[in-house]
Amino acid sequence: MKTLFKSGDIFLWFTGAVLGVIILMVAGLLLVVVLNGAGVFWPSAVVEVRTKAGQIFMGEIKAEEEIPPGSLPENMQDESHVRIQLKIGNRDVYGVDFKWINYYELAALQYPADALCIERMEYGNMYGRLIGVKNDGVYIAKGDNAWPSFQNLAEKSTDLVRERIALEKKSIGAINYEIEQLRLRKKRLEFYNEGALAELAEIDRQVSEKQKSYESLMLKVTDLTRRAAEASVVVEIAGGSQKELPLSQVVRFYQPNQMGFFAKLQMYVQKVWEFLREDPRESNTEGGVFPAIFGTVLMVIIMTLAVVPFGVVAALYLREYANQGPFVRLTRIAVNNLAGVPSIVFGIFGLGFFVYFCGGSLDQFLFAERLPSPTWGTGGILWASLTLALLTVPVVIVATEEALVAVPRGARDGSLALGATKWQTTWRVVLPAATPGMLTGVILAMARGAGEVAPLMITGVVKLAPNLPLDGTFPFLHLDRKFMHLGFHIYDVGFQSPNVEAAKPMVFMTALLLILIVLLLNLTAIIIRARLRKKYQGSTF
Amino acid sequence: MGDKDTISIRTKIDASPDTTGDGMNHSTVPVTPKRIKIETRGVNMYYGSHHALKNIHLDIFEKEVTALIGPSGCGKSTYLRLFNRMNDLIENVRIDGAINIDGKNIYDKDADVVALRKSVGMIFQKSNPFPKSIYDNVAYGLRVNGEKSKSKVDEVVERCLRKAALWDEVKDRLKTSAYGMSGGQQQRLCIARALAVDPDIILMDEPCSALDPIATQKIEDLIEELKHDYTIVIVTHNMQQAARVSDKTAFMWLGELIEFSETKKIFTSPSQKMTEDYITGRFG
Repeated sequence: MKTLFKSGDIFLWFTGAVLGVIILMVAGLLLVVVLNGAGVFWPSAVVEVRTKAGQIFMGEIKAEEEIPPGSLPENMQDESHVRIQLKIGNRDVYGVDFKWINYYELAALQYPADALCIERMEYGNMYGRLIGVKNDGVYIAKGDNAWPSFQNLAEKSTDLVRERIALEKKSIGAINYEIEQLRLRKKRLEFYNEGALAELAEIDRQVSEKQKSYESLMLKVTDLTRRAAEASVVVEIAGGSQKELPLSQVVRFYQPNQMGFFAKLQMYVQKVWEFLREDPRESNTEGGVFPAIFGTVLMVIIMTLAVVPFGVVAALYLREYANQGPFVRLTRIAVNNLAGVPSIVFGIFGLGFFVYFCGGSLDQFLFAERLPSPTWGTGGILWASLTLALLTVPVVIVATEEALVAVPRGARDGSLALGATKWQTTWRVVLPAATPGMLTGVILAMARGAGEVAPLMITGVVKLAPNLPLDGTFPFLHLDRKFMHLGFHIYDVGFQSPNVEAAKPMVFMTALLLILIVLLLNLTAIIIRARLRKKYQGSTF
Repeated sequence: MGDKDTISIRTKIDASPDTTGDGMNHSTVPVTPKRIKIETRGVNMYYGSHHALKNIHLDIFEKEVTALIGPSGCGKSTYLRLFNRMNDLIENVRIDGAINIDGKNIYDKDADVVALRKSVGMIFQKSNPFPKSIYDNVAYGLRVNGEKSKSKVDEVVERCLRKAALWDEVKDRLKTSAYGMSGGQQQRLCIARALAVDPDIILMDEPCSALDPIATQKIEDLIEELKHDYTIVIVTHNMQQAARVSDKTAFMWLGELIEFSETKKIFTSPSQKMTEDYITGRFG
């Protein structure tokens, strides 16, 4: 026993075991997220069940579990029984999306080939059987002809809906923006009392002109909406009642029990693509998360652009120029401790300093005419990014300092001995040699920044942002806009949505996506670092 | 000090054949008048309270190789680093006395350190190429001096690499990292790099201590070659090396200059007992 301790083998085992536990935890976390998230978009089979009491339900089996003995009738408590969770959809009919059904109460369970699943714009999925297709309230196809006619009309209707959305987003958005700009200009003229009456009249004339084109566009939109809703589909939902659904409400429809593996795979890919590319629907529980992806990535980029020069310059001064006295030591301790301040504190600081002080002052000086409605004096992507930059600057400073220390003395001496000044030495020899180490700091900062949610919630993140911070209208990058973020999306969908149970898979999927994005951002930095290291091959980092 | 009159032209001290005392005929050595390049006048140096160099007087002649030998900690490297003021980078150092290069005291208040370091190149104990390409290493000195013309830089890089006897080995991989070279090549690259800023004096701080005998041989040949154009001061632990490459040798011990003379004389008939003991390996 004594020799066992002396040899250190036991500690070796201990350290290995600790590392193993850590790896297991990471792998476990990823596994849970992937298992729960990856299956979300797989078109699973639709079952039809009939209970002994005569109720009929149709839906997808989402879970299966043993019934807790307490919830069983007394005479059955000795045996174990199973219940299934059915996603029955049709929220407009049942009021809920999910239903637990006890297995022993079932009279029949089957997979009807004609079971139909329709993804709708509202109220989630619809399950049922296709009865027929109507146009202007009249059946144009029924029975066997219904399916091809449904496909045909749905495609047309989808095109109309797309056209409408494009019109709303692009043309109407642009006109609204222009009208808003004119309104602000008028306000400015009135505010500073410098507007000649002629100019004000000119603005009014322009506004009314824009208003006219807006109205004509709106007419088009109304027309498109009407045409898209002309045709409708009639579905018999489990239990026998019939529902009519305008085709403009249909996002996607399929008969999963007739689909082969490859058809399902194709649909899976389509759905994943939609998830990545589309805007969210139904208070974020359906549709895509593109604005959140975009917001997250853009915020991390702006944060990195802000934090890197700031951190590197600070570290350079601390390490290369400052006298290494008690003051510098104190500063260093303060910087290190800054990394431990709770992020919400940074958020509050960002709200107070960036949003209210900086943004408020900007509004006072530049946009006084718009007050009391704030332009910069409210949360936005710039303020959120700067707040995160502040949060992550200690990481960059510490890593850069370490990298600077690691630059061999010989390299500095060699440069100075050639008659280079201190600044030339720092800029041309020390900084390039320290770049890989600095990038390690940047990687850590990005990872921290991308995952942070709390400070964002009070400095610019919103549940649903109407516009991306980057678009086609001048000045293209709108740093004052509020934005969406995957981390906040997880919180919002997972805990704030009206239908948490239905949104759960989305939460896992979003989490998986956030992990992937952090990984991707890090991978980019790691590849750059590897290249630099290769360039400085043989150097000591 | 600092005006032209102090640049004294003297005949080479101890250059007459009979002073070596070995009875051999040294008349083949051309007795040319040599100019003093570096004058050390009463230099004392302190690291904090430690008296590192004690009242040193020494003349280093132009276009000669002067070796500094002595046991570790005797101050020979410290002394060498005075010539390009590298000791300025260390905190808590105090220097008095004067070091005149071409008659100008480099420790004058108005002395330009950057200009000094351009005219006094230095090779370090551990080869220290920059984390850049071979080409960029040699071009570095030119670039920090603001040389923009590519053809000029190309020309200097080639000339210096040739001078450092490295051109033929690296001419096909000038753009590759300097870290890919062998130790001896790296050290010669450092020499080429130092030559690129066109110095008069080259300081070498144990340039071969990390090299194998073949690489050492190459450096020594190079020193032999370079001394036609440059004044070279070399610190070495290797007494055979001092005997092989230098014209004059200074023996230092505990911060004092014990003896300075023709290399031949130092190694055959030193005038100080201490020098003899050190050379014969009785201490140090």
